[in-house]
Order: sequence, then C-alpha cells, then structure tokens
Amino acid sequence: MGDLADLTRPAGDDDAVAGVPARLVAAPASTEEASAVLAAAAAAGLAVVVRGGGSKLDWGMPPERLDLILDTRRLAGVVEHAAGDLITVVRAGTPTDDLDLPGQQLALDRPVPGATVGGTVAVNTSGPRRVLYGTARDLLIGMTVVRPDGRVAHAGGKVVKNVAGYDLAKLFTGSYGTLGLITECAFRLHPRPAATAVVCAPAPDPAAAGRLAAAVRDAQVVPSAVEVDAPPGGPVEVAALVEGSVDGVAERAAVLHKVLGDQARDGVPEWWGTLPWRTGQVGIKLTAPLSRVPALLTEARATGAAVTVRGSAGAGVLYAGLPADPPGDVATVVERLRAAAVRAEGHVVVLTAPPAVRQLVDLWGPVGGLALMRRVKDQFDPEHRFAPGRFVGGI
Amino acid sequence: MIDVLAGRLRAVLGAERVLSDRQQLRTYECDGLAHYKVIPALVAFPHTAEECAAVVRACVAANVPFVARGSGTGLSGGALPHADGVLVVTSQMREIRDVSPADERAVVEPGVINLHVTRAATPHGYYYAPDPSSQQICSIGGNVAENSGGAHCLKYGFTAHHVTGARVVTPDGDLVRLGGRAPDAPGYDLLGAFVGAEGTLGIAVEVTLKLVRLPESVRTLLAAFASTDQAGAAVSAIIAAGVVPAAVEMMDALAIEAAEAAVACGYPAGAGAVLIVELDGPAAEVSAQFDEVRTLCRDNGAFEIRVAADDAERALFWKGRKSAFAAVGRISSDYIVQDGVIPRTALPEVLRRIGTLAGDHGIRVANVFHAGDGNLHPLVLFDAEVPGEAERAEEVSGAIIDLCIEYGGSITGEHGVGMDKSRYMPRMFTADDLDTMQLVRCAFDPAGLSNPGKVFPTPRLCGEVPGRHRGAHPLQEAGIAEVF
Ligand SMILES: Cc1cc2nc3c(=O)[nH]c(=O)nc-3n(C[C@H](O)[C@H](O)[C@H](O)COP(=O)(O)OP(=O)(O)OC[C@H]3O[C@@H](n4cnc5c(N)ncnc54)[C@H](O)[C@@H]3O)c2cc1C
Repeated sequence: MGDLADLTRPAGDDDAVAGVPARLVAAPASTEEASAVLAAAAAAGLAVVVRGGGSKLDWGMPPERLDLILDTRRLAGVVEHAAGDLITVVRAGTPTDDLDLPGQQLALDRPVPGATVGGTVAVNTSGPRRVLYGTARDLLIGMTVVRPDGRVAHAGGKVVKNVAGYDLAKLFTGSYGTLGLITECAFRLHPRPAATAVVCAPAPDPAAAGRLAAAVRDAQVVPSAVEVDAPPGGPVEVAALVEGSVDGVAERAAVLHKVLGDQARDGVPEWWGTLPWRTGQVGIKLTAPLSRVPALLTEARATGAAVTVRGSAGAGVLYAGLPADPPGDVATVVERLRAAAVRAEGHVVVLTAPPAVRQLVDLWGPVGGLALMRRVKDQFDPEHRFAPGRFVGGI
Repeated sequence: MIDVLAGRLRAVLGAERVLSDRQQLRTYECDGLAHYKVIPALVAFPHTAEECAAVVRACVAANVPFVARGSGTGLSGGALPHADGVLVVTSQMREIRDVSPADERAVVEPGVINLHVTRAATPHGYYYAPDPSSQQICSIGGNVAENSGGAHCLKYGFTAHHVTGARVVTPDGDLVRLGGRAPDAPGYDLLGAFVGAEGTLGIAVEVTLKLVRLPESVRTLLAAFASTDQAGAAVSAIIAAGVVPAAVEMMDALAIEAAEAAVACGYPAGAGAVLIVELDGPAAEVSAQFDEVRTLCRDNGAFEIRVAADDAERALFWKGRKSAFAAVGRISSDYIVQDGVIPRTALPEVLRRIGTLAGDHGIRVANVFHAGDGNLHPLVLFDAEVPGEAERAEEVSGAIIDLCIEYGGSITGEHGVGMDKSRYMPRMFTADDLDTMQLVRCAFDPAGLSNPGKVFPTPRLCGEVPGRHRGAHPLQEAGIAEVF
C-alpha cells in the first residue's frame, strides 16, 4: 500500500465540496493508482468525495465529513472505440464534450456544461433524447469501479448483450459517488443520424401542451425527444425532434407540423436541452407518468411563483428553476409540487439550492426501498466514508 | 420440520395450493434445462402479493430456502428447485392490472405470459417490445429475473430497458416498491439490480412495463448465402452503413436442415446460411433503408433474397428461426444450447473456430444466433446413448464458452447463469468482481434463502457489518424521515 503523502497533495482554496473544505486531493491517472489511493484512504479512515468536472458537486446535501477529494480528470480518454461493434470504453474523467467517435455517438445529452462521463453517470443526468435512447443506465454495458476499500471490480463487459452476474453498473448509476469510484464505463453507441429536425409550437396552457405531446407520440413518427417549456406567465411551448435519413426526416417533420398545428415552426428553440435555472437559484427535478405531466405544469403555475418548468414531456421528466429568495416561499413551492407529484405517482427532488433553502426543505422526498438502500450502502461502504450524508435518507 | 412449514403455508394459502405429494412435486423437478432435476420439498401457489410475502416469511421463520418459478422455460436451471426448499410458482398470478397507452405503461402480475401483454396493448396501438422466442409461454416474472432478450432487442433493448417498476417480496418477506410508473425514482437503482438477478434478490409480485408504439411499417427479408462468412460480412456492412435493424438473425446449414425437418419453413435450398433482417419504424425511413439492406446483402453474396409480402409470409420466415431449438430435436436426440456472446465483428473467426472444435471432437454444432448483437446460440448435438458422446459434447460446449471469453464477450447473453453456468463465472470475472456483486446479495438476502446456489459458484458469507448505523439522522433511524 502506498503512502498517503506520496499519493495526494494538500487541498487548495478551490478544493471544497458545497462549502465543505477538503484536506487532501488525489488525482490518479489509472484504475490501479486510484485503487492505491483509496486503499490508503481506507487505512487512514478518510472521508472521500469523488470530483469530476465539478459541475454538479453541489447537487445533493453537502458531505457531513470531508478529508480527501478524488479528482478524476486525469483518468481521461477513450480506451476503445470498436465502431463495428458499436461500443466504446471511456475513462470516467473524460469530459463528455471531448468524446470524438467518428460516425457514431454516445447518445447521452449534456444538460450540464463541463461534465465528465463519470459525473454524468454518477448523477444520472439526461436530456431530451432520453425518449428514444434512454439514459446512462440504458446505454451502459459495463463498468469498472474501485470500492471504498480500494478493491477493483468490474461488472458487465464490452458486449451489448450480456446477463452474466449482477448489473452493478445500474446500481452505480445515479449513486452520487456514495458507493465507490467509477473509473471506466463501457457504452453501447448509436450511428449518427444523417438528418435531424425540430418542430416547435406554442400551446395556450399546460393541458393543451399535454394534448400536443400525446398527439406527437400517437403519430408514429418515432420522436427522439418531446420537450415542453413553461416559463412563468408566458406561453407554453412544445417541441419534438426526429432523427434519421434526409428524406425520412423531411416526411416525419411534415407529419409533426400537421400534428402540432398552424403555429408550428421549424428550428431548435433556444431553451432546448438546457436546465431552467442559473447559479444561485433552486433547481428541481420532477417526474410523473406521461399523462400527469400537464398536472405538474399546472401546479407549478398555480403556485404563483416565478417557476420555469422545462423538460421531457415524452419521458415524464421535468426540471423546474426558481429564485432562491425568500427561502420560505421556495419551501412552499417545493411542498406543493411534491404533493402534486406524489399524487401523480412521481417524485420531486431538489437537485441544487443555496444553504438557506436546504435547511428548510427535504431534498429527496419519499424514497421507496430506503431500508434496502441503507443495507446496500452498509455493504459497499460500511464506514460511511464516501460522500457521507449526500444522498437519500442521509446515506 | 418441513411438515410444520407445510402446515403454515396451508394456513395461508389453503390446502389445495400447497403440494407435498411426491408424485405431484415431480411435475416441478426441472425447468427448460431438463437434465438437471431436483424434487422440491414443497410447492406453493400464491394468488396475491400478500400471500407471496406470507409464504416467504414462513420460509424465513423456518430457515428454509425458496425458489421462484414462472413458466419454467428457463434454459439455465434458474428455477431448479431446492431439495429442502419451497418452490413458489407464480402461474396463478396472471392478471393484467392495467394497460395505459396514455402513460405508455402496463402493470401486470408476475405470472402473466409475455405475449399476452402485447395482445392486451395492441388494440391501443402499443406492444411490449422484448420478445423471447418462448414468448407464448414464458412469464414476465421469469423475463424480469433473466433480463430476457429476443430478436428485436437489437434495436429496442432488453427486459431491463422496459421495466420501470416492480413490487417485490424481499428475502426478508417484506413488500417493497422499486421504481414505478414514473421514471428515475430517487435513490439507488435497486430495480436495475433486481432485474437480471435470477430470483436471488427476492420475488417480483407486480411489474410495471413500458409499452412501445406500434411501428407504422415493418419490412422483413430472408437472404440466403453460400456461407456464414458471407452472411456475417453482410451484417457488418449493414451496421457500418448506420442502419439499426429491428432484428438480424442468422442460421447455418445444419440449423436450417433441422428447421426444415420440423416446420417446413421452405428456406432457399442449398443455403450455407440465411439471414432474416427486419426493419421497422416510420414508413419513410424503412423503405429507404430496406433498399439499402437488400443491396448490401446482394453485394455480399446473397444468392436469393425474399421479401415478405404480408404478415403471413413474415410469420413463415420467423417460424423457422423461432422454432430452431425445438427443431434440433428432429435431427439429434440430445443437444446442449449455448448462449455465449462475442463482439459481433469476431463472428466469422469464432464460427470457424467452433467448426474446428466440433470437427476435432466428432460432434455436430448447429448455429442459430442473434447476429446483430453477437449472441450465439450454438446447439451442440449428441446422442446420450453413445458412450462418451455426452462428455465430448460437454467439452465442446465448455470450449465455446472459453472462446466467447477469449474474444471479450460473455458466457450468457440472455438465458442467464442459473445453475448451469455458475462454474464458468470465475472465468469471466475476478474473485473481487464476484465478491462485489455478492455485496448486493448480502444487502438483500444475508441469510441466502432466495434461490441459493444459482449465479455464483460460491456464496459469500455476509457477516455483521461494522458501523452500520453511523452518520444517519435520528429521525431517519426512527423511520420518520423516510416518509417525510
Ligand atoms: C424454446 C425456448 C426459447 C427461448 N428463447 C429465448 C429467447 O429468445 N430469449 C431469452 O431471453 N430467453 C429465451 N428462452 C429462455 C426462457 O424462456 C426465458 O429465460 C424466460 O424469461 C423464462 O421465463 P419463465 O417464466 O419460464 O421463468 P422460469 O424458468 O420459471 O424462471 C426463470 C428464473 O426466473 C426466476 N423467477 C421466475 N419468476 C420470478 C419472479 N416472479 N420473481 C423473481 N424471480 C422469478 C426463477 O427463480 C428462475 O431463476 C427460451 C426458452 C425456450 C424453452
């Protein structure tokens, strides 16, 4: 086992997580180095937070303790791109924007600029095209992780079809770095489409937007995305994306025009694929079954607050952004939205918020299976050293 | 001891839904992998989630293992009973609770037959995409446990991609909901771990499935080639052209011979390999790509290409393929079905090496496979009556698995590890890999009562976990924060 002093450097002023300063930073360049660092950290009982691009480091609760930041940015690069097999193996610290896969794509949208592949997987962010391609969990075919005790484990593999053993990649997806360090991900790829088209139309109210989205799904155009944008007070917009061959896309876009009505226009609206909040504001994720998406939009309006709701009406995943002041009002909005989402069999999760708001709201809301989740955490990280307190139920 | 448990189960289910008579128990001694046989101590038929939970709790109280069974079509011995255990059969839980085109979801009981979901959804313009060849008989619960695939999973993904929620009886006997009708439930993706866990993490008692809009257009062709090399090259060309077919299936000469003998599917005479290629989607996309696929097949040596004129002809193309396993029975008294996966581009090389292996051992191997994703189904033929043949077939079969691993593939693409392939797991995974997977097992089932002896060659001792309750908020400890 290596010596911690040789494997780490002292933390600088920027090396904090959601306001909690670290003592040490390590930036291993390989799975083996990461394993050595984490074994040493385990021996020393250090609390660890994994940091990629740092773009979502303030999502979830701040860590209850923090000694070591494990920076993944040297764990970067494409290990393999087997175009004929439509797969790639990528190191976790690779910026998603750097993925250059000629003729093919990792069909994972990037709603948060500056993200790494590992961070995207760990927080399970997704964008408009999840309607067609799914999310990270659906595209992952294998994963290499380093456990909190420093041991290296692989699950899945490099082939798209594989049911040997438990699917640890799904367990680590969306785990917010609380189970261990992701060092490599294998993904299935898709061909890059020859053509794409977005058709966008206004709707007078959320219910009408819901009808438009349903009509798009009904039309057999196989949309890659069906998005909705509802700024406070302003008109609601619905936009759909089709991807495919040049001729095919032209015909499908024509169908979209018919379905979306006279006011439909071509072109990507400027809000497309972006999250509806700015730094310092409150960012919320809302989910619901498809038919209940309008109910969430309506409830957001009914709060009377300056809430913008935007996201995938085709997948039932929306995001809401609102100003952080006054925190009491934010808490009320969150409560109302959550009540509406729970009635709809969905969820409301506050992804990011300033400390004053975090003190007033429960970020996660009701979590099904929490007792089992605690048992999973206890098995992987019995000393609760990885991002302690950041995740659901104080995990 | 087991009599006491039988009494408890009868108190919950009624006498007629608990079997203990040896003759009756025999019906359940094996699944689709019939050469493993174990007679269970008891068989129980719950009707509801609560009854199923009560059965599991009774097993836990008696420290008796339990094994879930759906339709018993599994091909890896996953539903092989435990001699001292209870086999929990879901065949009387067959209600389709809800079909909602507006939510693109169906909610079903675990015993519901795969094809019945599609039948219920089709009038609404939807279907359930994963289509194992056994779809007329296999259950959704079994599909969930095996993460089953099918021909159309190349484009649409496997069971795991189409399950958004499940109500599960945990190995403690608790009823828990994982996921639901909405996507992305907060917390760990336990549903993702449960799907494909082969019944080792508990029993699914209700499953929420994604429904997919029926495609506007479906076009299917059958292309005959002189050799599997040519057919493989055609598949590579199709993928390289950026086409993602709904399905690409290949059969070699021996598999074709068997299918002809069994179902007279009328494939082109003299073919060394046939490809079935199906495209679906918006009509405008499908027609252009279909022409391209046809050209690519011809360019790569197809000597005959038939295009299905209607659903009846399409069904005939598929009949040969979907009946292939059973058909092999016509040309060989016994056979082993393999399920290994290789990177698709290694197909020609691996097929040649399988041919050599077969020749060297004096064993015939028929090849049927999902060519689009490299999932091989070599059928290793033998006659158990001939001394030594079964052993040689077993050797060939093991060597094929090694080939798959050597080429960076997997020991199983869709049939699961079960009883049959657990001994090969250490060839594909390191001791640490397997140990890490079993951490999940320990979290769900520390006592190891849920389908023990499957998937993993050796169980992990779970032990007491140190520091279990460190760091959590007292409210959460008290179970209050959980429901805020
Ligand atoms: C002719 C034939 C063709 C086949 N083709 C395919 C194919 O194309 N693709 C494919 O993937 N498979 C195929 N199979 C394999 C098999 O049909 C699938 O694995 C299927 O999913 C098994 O379903 P079942 O209901 O028969 O499950 P069973 O065989 O009864 O059980 C399978 C496993 O699931 C577990 N299980 C069952 N119900 C539950 C539950 N409710 N909760 C938790 N665990 C449960 C069992 O414990 C066992 O481990 C084929 C089989 C045959 C015989």
